[in-house]
Formats: sequence, C-alpha cells, structure tokens
Amino acid sequence: MVITQERTQVTAKDFRSTQKSTWCPGCGDFGIMNAVQTALVNAGVAPWQVLIVSGIGCGSKLPDYINVNGYMTLHGRGATIGCGAHLANTSLQTIIIGGDGDSFGIGIGHMIHNMRRNMDVVHIVENNEVYGLTKGQYSPTSKRGFKTSTSPEGAIEFGINPLALALSAGATFIGRSFSGDPKHAASIIQQAMEHKGYAIVDMLQTCPTYNKLQNVDWYKSQTYKIEEERPNYDPKDPVQAFQLAMEDDGRYPLGVLFKNDDRPTYSEQIPVYQKDSRPIIEHSLELDSQFFESLKETYV
Amino acid sequence: MAQKNKISIKIAGAQGQGAGSGGQGLAKVFKRAGLHVFGIFDYMSLIKGGHSFFQLTLSDQEINANTEKFHIVVSFDPQNVQETVGDIHTLQEGGLFIVDDSINLKPEIEAAVNEVGAKLCKIPMIKLGTEIGGNKIMANTVALGAVVGLTGTPFEILENIVAENFAKKSKEIADKNVAVAKAGFDFGSQNLKSEFNFSMPQSNKDKVAGKMLINGNEAIAMGSYAAGCRFFSAYPMTPGTSVFEWFTKDNAKLGVVTKHVEDEIAAVCMAIGAAQVGARAMTSTSGGGFCLMVEGLGLAGITEVPIVVVDAQRGGPSTGLPTRTEQADLLFAVNSSHGEFAKIVLAPGTVEQCYEAGVRAHNLAAKYQTPVIILTDLLMADHLKDSSKEDYYIPEVDLGKVVSKEELDKLGEDEKYLRFKFTEDGVSPRALQGHPKSVHAPATDEHDETGHITEDASNRLQMMEKRMKKLESAVNDIKGPEFHGPENADLTLIVWGSTYGAALEAVQLFNSDEANKQKINLLHFTEVWPFPVKLTEEALKKVKLSMSVEQNYTSQFCKLLRAETGYVPNKLINKYDGRQITPEEIVREVQKLLSESLVAA
Repeated sequence: MVITQERTQVTAKDFRSTQKSTWCPGCGDFGIMNAVQTALVNAGVAPWQVLIVSGIGCGSKLPDYINVNGYMTLHGRGATIGCGAHLANTSLQTIIIGGDGDSFGIGIGHMIHNMRRNMDVVHIVENNEVYGLTKGQYSPTSKRGFKTSTSPEGAIEFGINPLALALSAGATFIGRSFSGDPKHAASIIQQAMEHKGYAIVDMLQTCPTYNKLQNVDWYKSQTYKIEEERPNYDPKDPVQAFQLAMEDDGRYPLGVLFKNDDRPTYSEQIPVYQKDSRPIIEHSLELDSQFFESLKETYV
Repeated sequence: MAQKNKISIKIAGAQGQGAGSGGQGLAKVFKRAGLHVFGIFDYMSLIKGGHSFFQLTLSDQEINANTEKFHIVVSFDPQNVQETVGDIHTLQEGGLFIVDDSINLKPEIEAAVNEVGAKLCKIPMIKLGTEIGGNKIMANTVALGAVVGLTGTPFEILENIVAENFAKKSKEIADKNVAVAKAGFDFGSQNLKSEFNFSMPQSNKDKVAGKMLINGNEAIAMGSYAAGCRFFSAYPMTPGTSVFEWFTKDNAKLGVVTKHVEDEIAAVCMAIGAAQVGARAMTSTSGGGFCLMVEGLGLAGITEVPIVVVDAQRGGPSTGLPTRTEQADLLFAVNSSHGEFAKIVLAPGTVEQCYEAGVRAHNLAAKYQTPVIILTDLLMADHLKDSSKEDYYIPEVDLGKVVSKEELDKLGEDEKYLRFKFTEDGVSPRALQGHPKSVHAPATDEHDETGHITEDASNRLQMMEKRMKKLESAVNDIKGPEFHGPENADLTLIVWGSTYGAALEAVQLFNSDEANKQKINLLHFTEVWPFPVKLTEEALKKVKLSMSVEQNYTSQFCKLLRAETGYVPNKLINKYDGRQITPEEIVREVQKLLSESLVAA
C-alpha cells in the first residue's frame, strides 16, 4: 500500500512496548517482530499510522508486544477483518499477520479472495510449518511425513505451496523471507508495504519447541536468495514466477518472487472512493433532506 | 368469516412469468388509486417454474395481513393453470377465476370452480398479448389490465406505472406494454366488471395515493442509512439479501462502501473491521448465514465493537424452507455466540418499525459499543404495505461516548488513552485508531483497560462486570410491549415481531363481529433483548386470559417470557408450516379458547 499519510520520522524506540512477551525463548516470532518494526521505521510509518490485524496463534500476539495500532481477532479471520478496516479507513497502513494454520488453514478462503480482489493490504504469514499454541500438531504447510500428535504415523497429505497458490489466486506481490535473517525480512516487508495492491510475505520461521528439525541452521542450508542464484530473474514475469514456485529442489527461494504494478487496487475502484478519496469514516453523516426525500419518492 | 371492506386478489403463475412483479405493479396501481394495500409474493426456492402467487389485499383502512379468502384469482400461465385447484379453493363464493381463453382446462379445475361457487372468466390474454404486443409473454399485462378494468380503477394510473416500469428499456417497448395493458383494461371493464359482484372499498386518494409502498427490508436499509450506516458487507441469502441490495443499488449516490464477500463469516468480520476503525457498519442474512456469523458476534462483544446484523428468519433448520417464513431463531439470536456478553435484539413487526429498528440498531450499537441484531422474518422482509412518508424521518445520529481528535490532542505526554477504561455504566469513551495519542491494540483475549492480553483473575472480574453492566444500562433503552385494541379485553394475544399484523387483523375481525360477546386485544413485543422485564410485568397486570401466537414449534418467545418474568400464557398457538398465520386462523383459536374457558368457569 502506498501510504497516503505523511511519512513520519520514527525510530525503533517509538515501537517499544512494556508488555512482556509469552513466546518461547528462541521463537522465530521475535525476529519477525523486529523485522516488522524495522520495516515501519525505514518506511517512515509511525505507530499511529499502521494497523496490524492478527488472528489467533503464537505469532498473532505480535500486536500485543509492540507499540502500534492493532486488532487481535479470531483464528483465520484477521484476513477479512483487516480488509474491512482497510476499506473503511484507507489511510491506515494495514498489515494482516497470522501463522500458517491461521492463514493457510482456517483462513485460506478469505486470503484467496483478498488476493484476487487486489486488496491494498500486506499479509505476513508466520510460517513455521506447525501449530504452536495448541501444542504441536501438523499444519497445512507441514512436510509430508511430519509426525505430530494428530499425525502419529506422519502426515499423509502434501503441504500447501504458498507461492504457487498466491500466484494463481492473483496476488500482485509475493515475497518470501526468513525470521532468522531480520535484515532481509525487513526489506521484503517494506517492499510489500510500499507495493500498491495485495502483498503476501511467506515468512519462514523456526519453532524451537515443536519443529526442532527445522532450526535456524537447517533453514540457512535449505534457503537461497533469488537475486544471488538467479541474477536474471524477472519478478514481473508470471511464467518465470510459476516455474520458480513449482521447482522443487527441496530448498526455499527467498526474495521477491512476483510483482505486478499494473493492476488497480480494490479500494481505488469503489465508486464512493472515485468520487471522494478520503476514507469513508471522514465523510459527513449529515443527510441532505432533499436527497432523502427523493429516496422516499421512489416508493410512491 | 368474510372480512368487511376488503378485496383480495391472488395472481398465480409459474416463477419467472411475472406473478411477483405483476403483483407489485398492481399493488402500486391500487395504492395510487387511493386504497390501502398489503401484498406479499409467495414463491418457491427455484428460478423458473414451480407454482407461486402474489397475494394482494385492498381496503379503505390500513391492512396488516392478508386474508384467507380471495375475490379474484388470476392465472396467466398455460401449464401452471392446471395446478391451481388449491388456489380456486381459496376463492370466495361469487369470486372470479380468470384464465386464458385458449387453454383446455382439466375437468377438476372447472369442478373446483363450480364447487366453491366461483365464476370462470376466460379472457384472450395470449391472443391480445401476441396481437398487440407481439409476444405471448405479454399475456400477463393483459391480465393485470383486466383486473384494473373490472375493479373500475382509472386506466391512467396503470398506464403511468407500466410506462415507469419500462422507461429504462425503450419507448417502443413501453408503448407496446401500455397498449397491451389498455386492451386488457378494456376487456376487463367491458366484459368482467358486470360479473364482479363485490363492492370495492372506498378509496381516499388524498390520504393514500402519496404514501410509500415499501417492504421491511427496504425500510431497515433506509433507516440504517439515515442513521449513518456507510459500510455494508454481506453474502446473499434469502430473505436477507434485499437489505444489502438497497445499499449496493445506489452505492455511488449514497456514498457507501458495499462489499459482496465470500461467505457470511467474512460478511460479519469485514463489518467488524470497518466498525473497529469507526465506520457505522452492518450485514444482513438469514438463519443459516447467521449461524456462520456468531463467532464474529463474540469478537464484537469482547472487543466492544458496534455492529448491526439483520437476521431475516426463514424456515429452518439447515436449508429448511428457504422461501418461507418462521420465527424460530429467537433463542438462538438471544444466546448467539459462546460466552456471555451484552447484545441487543430488536424484532420489528411493521414496515415503519423496521425503519425505526434500522435507526435504533445503529444508535444503540454505538451507545453500548456492542452488536445489535435485527430479527425479522420472510414475511416482515418481503411484504409490501402503504406507509406514510412522515414515518421515515431524518433521525439523530448517536455516536455514543467518543473521544474527539481535539480531545486527544489535549492529552498530556504521560496520559495514556484507555480503550477499555472502567466506567460507571460500563461504556468506555471510544477514540479511533489513526491519531498519535490513541494508539491501541484491542485483543480478542480477555484484556485490561489498555486492550492488552491478561489472564489476571481480578481484571477478568472487573472486565466481565464492565461489559455485562452495559446490558443493565441498555435495558432502560429497550421498548416495552404495547397493547393494541380495547382496554380490559377478555383475552389478550401475546405476539412478537411480524405476527403482530395477523394478530391485529384478528383483533379487529373478532371485535367487529357482533356475535362475539367478549373483546380481545393484543400485546406486541418489538424489542426482546435485554428483556424489558419491568415494562412487561406492568403490562401483564392488565392481562386476563392470554394466548400466544408464534411462528415456531417451541413457543420460543414464551420460553423467554417465562424465564424472565415467570409468566405463562393460557394457551400457546404455534404455526410452523412456513406460511404466515392468517387473522382467520387466530380468530378460530380465540373462539376455541374462549369457549373452553367458559366451560371451565
């Protein structure tokens, strides 16, 4: 979303909260929270200019631990609640945040529709491939064979491919990063924020409690940066993006997979905003009595 | 049990043939001619085919329900006419059964007409439609013209309405339709008027012609808009859809954001998101969709977000009777979503009350920062009635306790804005996100005054008490039940929501019959949660014998009444076939109860 409010001089201190986190030591969520904060500082977005809407899960507590406008909502529903907030107050930088269960499990329907609508929001998926807060069940992105309390023989199904899913659903910005690389993560989040239209960031993340195999070292060896390995990669080309999304050498490509700047956003096509671009909450509620009489007249 | 000063007309046909739109057009004709009207389209859950009909009642007084018997039944579909035996049996003796003259009627049709003592009127609908309009589909316009003609209603009114309805197409189409209507009108006035031996009610053009003809859904939408609703997200579901469509149709002109979303979960959640940042927001649905929304209601409850949800009930459970009426979501609505929180449930019973419910729902939601449910049903949603323009007033918009930008500016550096500040009445002053001094992040978890998550027991107590206190305050804003009909009646009908209409007609029908020595009245509830206990107890003191009338199996309202006041009516009447109860049915039950109690005495 291209922020319509003035950029503000902010520092990391402005986002500091006194609230104590309940995350496990070593949780990837710390890195993601840092990255979000850095992205906001670098983009010049103050705590009052952003709205972070989250669902339910460990990572969805993020707005509780950082000084920003937030709204911690329901499992999977942050995706649609965030869009409602965005459509009513288009001047807030809206970031939706939730885990892989929240985003790709219970909330996947909302997410797909947000993508095809090109809602001008950022959706960060804290993707650690496991359910944390419910104590370690397999998730929609878990690898096949992953043994958990609800998949004691190993998960039978295949995990979701977030990149291919987002591409086919019409997301106009698709990025991926890793919680253990806060600088890269911050840069991808900032680019997502500055993208006009829907942006998803698949944020790979460690869960030191329930997904011990996929620790920081594992991710470092299993990821690569698109820009380093493929200098000629063109993120504007959906065919290349699909190819990359479907390639399966066991490693995760990081960076901007896809970006399309040509599609209009949902909100800019709404008639009321074409007439008056101020957020709907700033429009007057006063009724013109003549206009109201004309509404009644249609029933006579 | 013939009702006086009323003429009832039924237009039957296969769906997609124009019985619904034709009936609506006819209602408008008679209203502009100065008659009070009441009409509803009785339809099936399909697009084309089936058997449906528009029921229209005309009177010299305001009408609140259709009658059981009809004076005119029109059928303009060649196939469908063969299935109208049931409709013929609703004809009064001497009533007209109007069909196309080219159709070979099944013997049982003619037998039925003879049995009820009605008159079979064959008119050249298809012939005139084809010859003048060039299309046999215009047969329905011929039929409507004939009804206008035989009732002695001036043609100019029909002409104007036909022209208005087709104005959006082309002048040529409009002219053709007017010509076809005229042919039908002439046929009706020349050949059928003499057959029609009922006198039309006295018209009062000055009083009635300028009134609105509006249904409950449109009235709720208009009231909501007038009260400042500017955000509407919804998923289509009969019969709740047309509240949403009122907003979408003119969204640019109205200056509103409307969003047709992927499901009812998103419908309520988007509205909550919009309301959280300050929009007056709502959604509309029916029972099945409402089931999906209740998770969101809990969120709005605990995070104290004002939203309005319309549940236009239909026959349940599950898909049930999608195009039929029922009042079986009451206890579900009152108890919707897990856990305990303040919510308000309104149940308007007339189109005017629907407008007021739209206004009040948004004002009460803002005042108490909590969800408000408007509970109607298919009958309330769909029926058309003449309604005075004055009842559609420009209301005051109550934003509730708000902290303005200017007040936020004045907050000192170390003064923190508390979204969930503990207050006397449980309502915390609301500041919107988007100001440097109002930064906050409400949690759906139990939270402290700032909105931060906490599981602290003493905070939980205080927070629960704060939220529940809103219910105690809100009850003072809830309207108590109202009596209609004579004071000191021997029997009182207890009704809520849309059953008011049939009950009121029943009161008039019963009391106007000199054979009935006793008098009845009714007690109508339009706002049911928080339950207006004191006002109800006061009203019940004036009740001798009582009979509840509800369109459900389990007398849900009476359960609520008993739980809140201990009162149990003498007799519970329930109807759950999906058809609106008629005044005549109620009167029969009243007579039964009165004679039983006489015997008992």
